[in-house]
Amino acid sequence: MPEPHQRQRTAPVRAAVTPTRVVAGLCLLAPFVAMLWVGSYARIEPKFAGIPFFYWYQMLWVGISTALTATAYVLVRREQRGRVAGRPEGGERE
Amino acid sequence: MKDGVNGVALAVCIFFFAAVTVMGFLAARWRKAADADTLDEWGLGGRSFGTWVTWFLLGGDLYTAYTFVAVPAAVYAAGAAGFFAVPYTILVYPLIFTFLPRLWSVSHRHGYVTTSDFVRGRFGSKGLSLAVALTGILATMPYIALQLVGIQAVLDVMGVGGGESTNWFVKDLPLLIAFGVLAAYTYSSGLRAPALIAFVKDALIYIVIAVAIIYIPIRLGGFGEIFAKAGDAFAQTNPDTGEPRGALAPGEGAQWAYATLAFGSALALFMYPHSITATLSSRSREVIRRNTTILPLYSLMLGMLALLGFMAIAAGITVDNGQLAIPQLFENMFPDWFAGVAFAAIGIGALVPAAIMSIAAANLFTRNIYKDFLKPDATPAQETRVSKLASLLVKVGALVFVLTMDKTVAINFQLLGGIWILQTFPALVGGLFTRWFHRWALLGGWAVGMAYGTIAAYHVASPTQKHFGGSSDTIPLIGETGYIGLTAFALNLLVTVVLTVVLRALRAPDGDDETSPGDYTADAPRPGAARA
Repeated sequence: MPEPHQRQRTAPVRAAVTPTRVVAGLCLLAPFVAMLWVGSYARIEPKFAGIPFFYWYQMLWVGISTALTATAYVLVRREQRGRVAGRPEGGERE
Repeated sequence: MKDGVNGVALAVCIFFFAAVTVMGFLAARWRKAADADTLDEWGLGGRSFGTWVTWFLLGGDLYTAYTFVAVPAAVYAAGAAGFFAVPYTILVYPLIFTFLPRLWSVSHRHGYVTTSDFVRGRFGSKGLSLAVALTGILATMPYIALQLVGIQAVLDVMGVGGGESTNWFVKDLPLLIAFGVLAAYTYSSGLRAPALIAFVKDALIYIVIAVAIIYIPIRLGGFGEIFAKAGDAFAQTNPDTGEPRGALAPGEGAQWAYATLAFGSALALFMYPHSITATLSSRSREVIRRNTTILPLYSLMLGMLALLGFMAIAAGITVDNGQLAIPQLFENMFPDWFAGVAFAAIGIGALVPAAIMSIAAANLFTRNIYKDFLKPDATPAQETRVSKLASLLVKVGALVFVLTMDKTVAINFQLLGGIWILQTFPALVGGLFTRWFHRWALLGGWAVGMAYGTIAAYHVASPTQKHFGGSSDTIPLIGETGYIGLTAFALNLLVTVVLTVVLRALRAPDGDDETSPGDYTADAPRPGAARA
């Protein structure tokens, strides 16, 4: 619940939801969808180098989720720098 | 199993152990501050660690010896179900990215050392803060005990200690020495000791895993062969349950358990005091975010490590105690000297988290019990002294726990610890984003979650245990089998929300909030400049 003083403190109020943040949020959300939907990968075939799908797919997601988190990091940092410099947005067009 | 003491492996192990001991004591001089007698210095390494030190420290902290032994052991025992550790550690990092920078900022602004410090400052409630502190200490103690179990597994396989025939003193002497030394350098160097030793630990672990994942499959005829043998083994009926021993991919009935266990564990990991201690010791919020993009390297390693469980089956290793499967695999497969390196990796892998955990628990005691309730006017020097002593007590407690009780007791409590610590999530993470939750509602939710989780876990039976036989149970209303911790967490959240609505309607008084919105996004070098 927003307290009264909160609004005054962050005087130059900027929109809390920006396109950049939505994209960053989706990047962070994707691994949850992929990993918690166990039925989508609870299979043996196709194997990769003799390793059942179930295992190599999840290992692959270590890499995918890392790339997604890195993307979110770059997006958030760029937006932050844009704000610090006083520009309205961090030049994100997504 | 080879008989007798494996001399070469033991010598290599002792060499590494001696090396890290020296490092542990020298660490006190590493980046030494002018005034070392504060909790910030002893307990948080001066809040000065950059990206790489934090990476090693967090990696050394979260991926413990017990992880190295228990994850492949679980895969060895049941197959797919044990692999949940991988999605679990995948999900941890997006979570960290989202909330830990806020915790770092507010803690930096207000000098918070523990999560309970923050909860007290945010909600103005010593009761809630005490609940969080006690939960943290309770959940950490068995975790430290399990590190000892990890060391014991290695000692057993090397042929020193362990064994049932020798008398207790000879049997436990190596463990006593290891822990005595650990306690001494943690006392003198604080968080700097595990931070420095973590470099050695992780280097060793990465070398061992890289070698194991290439060398062992070659000796066993490739992954195709390994999984074929593992599949055969899992298909065989377990005489205790009348069901197959395990599966290579989870069946319909096991998928809820797999997902809830991964999700619940991911939520719980950063509620643990030792994770927070390592996080708060970093230099800036950037360091934390950057780390979420490089820490997953450990998850990859964990996945490979889990595959060792299948290799142990394919290599025909049969052990009564699943914890011994991997150390035994190393001893059978590697030449003695490299087995020694592997054992040293596991052993040192126990020392680093044990040190951080004891520091974290000691900080909780000092800040949220000693200072809040016993001696409110304690000076920083007194705080540090109490914390140092408490870190010793915590370790002694863990040691007594392991030496006097059955190993399964430590494992049961660790399982309960995970369920318990998750119940502090609404107060901590909720508090980072909103003040809407009422302090009494959070306390009520916490109590309900703790009670439900403990009782539900108590009633889980397994073929070998009447109580605490596992961490999964039927989820009420949904009917599927799922992780008890997550069910308790959902219940906790529900109670918190309902009570908050009621208390707000009754206009129950709020506590004082000493934080302001800007505190949650502040960075160290340019206070207030960065707004996330």
